[in-house]
Amino acid sequence: MPISIILTKILEGMGVSVLLFAVTLVFSLPLGLLISFGRMSKYSILRVITSVYISIMRGTPLMLQLMVIYFGPYYIFGLTISPEWKNFAAAISFVLNYAAYFAEIYRAGIESMPKGQYEAARILGYSRAQTFVRIIFPQVVKRILPPVTNETITLVKDTSLAYTIGILEMFSTARALASAEASMLPFVFAGVLYYILNAVVAAVMVKIEKKMNYFR
Amino acid sequence: MKVLEMKHIKKTFDDLEVLKDISFDVSEGEVVSIIGPSGSGKSTILRCATMLEEIDGGEFSYLGKRAAWQENGRTVYAPKGELREIRKNFGLVFQSFNLFPHYSVIRNLTDAPINIQKRDKTEVYKEARDLLAQMGLSDKENAYPYQLSGGQSHRVAIARALALQPKILFFDEPTSALDPELTGEVLKVIRSLTERRMTMVIVTHEMNFARDISDRMIFMDGGVIVEDCTPEEMFASDNERLRGFLGKLEGGY
Ligand SMILES: Nc1ncnc2c1ncn2[C@@H]1O[C@H](COP(=O)(O)OP(=O)(O)OP(=O)(O)O)[C@@H](O)[C@H]1O
Ligand SMILES: [Mg+2]
Repeated sequence: MPISIILTKILEGMGVSVLLFAVTLVFSLPLGLLISFGRMSKYSILRVITSVYISIMRGTPLMLQLMVIYFGPYYIFGLTISPEWKNFAAAISFVLNYAAYFAEIYRAGIESMPKGQYEAARILGYSRAQTFVRIIFPQVVKRILPPVTNETITLVKDTSLAYTIGILEMFSTARALASAEASMLPFVFAGVLYYILNAVVAAVMVKIEKKMNYFR
Repeated sequence: MKVLEMKHIKKTFDDLEVLKDISFDVSEGEVVSIIGPSGSGKSTILRCATMLEEIDGGEFSYLGKRAAWQENGRTVYAPKGELREIRKNFGLVFQSFNLFPHYSVIRNLTDAPINIQKRDKTEVYKEARDLLAQMGLSDKENAYPYQLSGGQSHRVAIARALALQPKILFFDEPTSALDPELTGEVLKVIRSLTERRMTMVIVTHEMNFARDISDRMIFMDGGVIVEDCTPEEMFASDNERLRGFLGKLEGGY
């Protein structure tokens, strides 16, 4: 197989990886915020539910969560698994898993805000919601950028776990090509591309951090 | 018309009875200083009056509108909508300023009037710029709080409170976070507010300043008001606790 075709196939796989990466970020960032609200709620029932959720998501392997969500409908409800289901299963698992990590990051950021900011806002007439949206959240975003960057870089690499349920992303494509061609080359390509992806992610995050440097 | 009336206010933290029975009022245009030893409950009074802490007894009102009172042995606060109106009457300048670090100076002043009170943008900006000019901060309009000195931050905090056009302004130890040089600067600004007939309640350790600008002084000790009188009477008083407190302060200088 000519190298150009190998490369094309791997790039196709990379498209899938990037799509999974983007979908995970777009949904898990807001979901994580919601979960962190539950985790800090004044209602103990919400606090318990969310903290159990977070500890399960963080305490078990993502690979296992992928399996459970992929095969769950069949083993639990006896439904037949359609070919498209694996795409949804992958997206759902990644979103649920990363939301748990982001929730803890949000919580740490929100709890690190000084009480004085809330009190000043209250005196100036801001409602609770206005205080959060206008005063607290923008400062939290700046504070949590470094841990979010770490998670995001881990996510780029974690997308390769989707191969366990047969998603043809970059890693599984490289693996299939490597065994078919009896060559290391596909792995080298994939490795370089993962590295480039992460370099791009890191550069974007640095850019965002710089953008937030207008205040301290 | 009384801008603020506090009647038999009680406040307890866990087992600590910080305010035992505090009553005083503030008339329009009046400047009242609160003095007293550390831990006597001066900040707690301001925090109760500005509703950052809930009272455990008594009642208080702004311009005749009750904010909180007792009913069947429980403290009740006015309904939410009324409280929102009552809150508009007062401003508070925190000891630690609590400026919003992610907003420029001008935005610190204008965000609440424009986005919370929904006032006209052009008008709010004009007033905010006037306030900054009065505070000698015109060149800092676009600066961020981390770029300001302590004295400048303090003046921004005052301007931010004034931008909401309060009827009464509370200050908690306006000079304690500042070095002596800046203290003079800050006191000058507060003095300029007295010239505008701003109604103010000031917790302070600066006795000379308090004597200078106050119409009335309140001396607190052990959760009660020991003296509530004019500065002249205060400094002439032969109350033992007060003498002891003032003597200790003078010894310190
Ligand atoms: N949130 C709180 N929880 C428990 N105790 C508190 C709280 N706030 C204040 N206190 C206690 O109440 C007492 C009065 O505190 P307050 O801050 O009102 O004193 P102060 O007169 O302002 O003193 P200073 O001159 O040092 O500022 C102190 O003993 C303080 O430890
Ligand atoms: Mg105090």
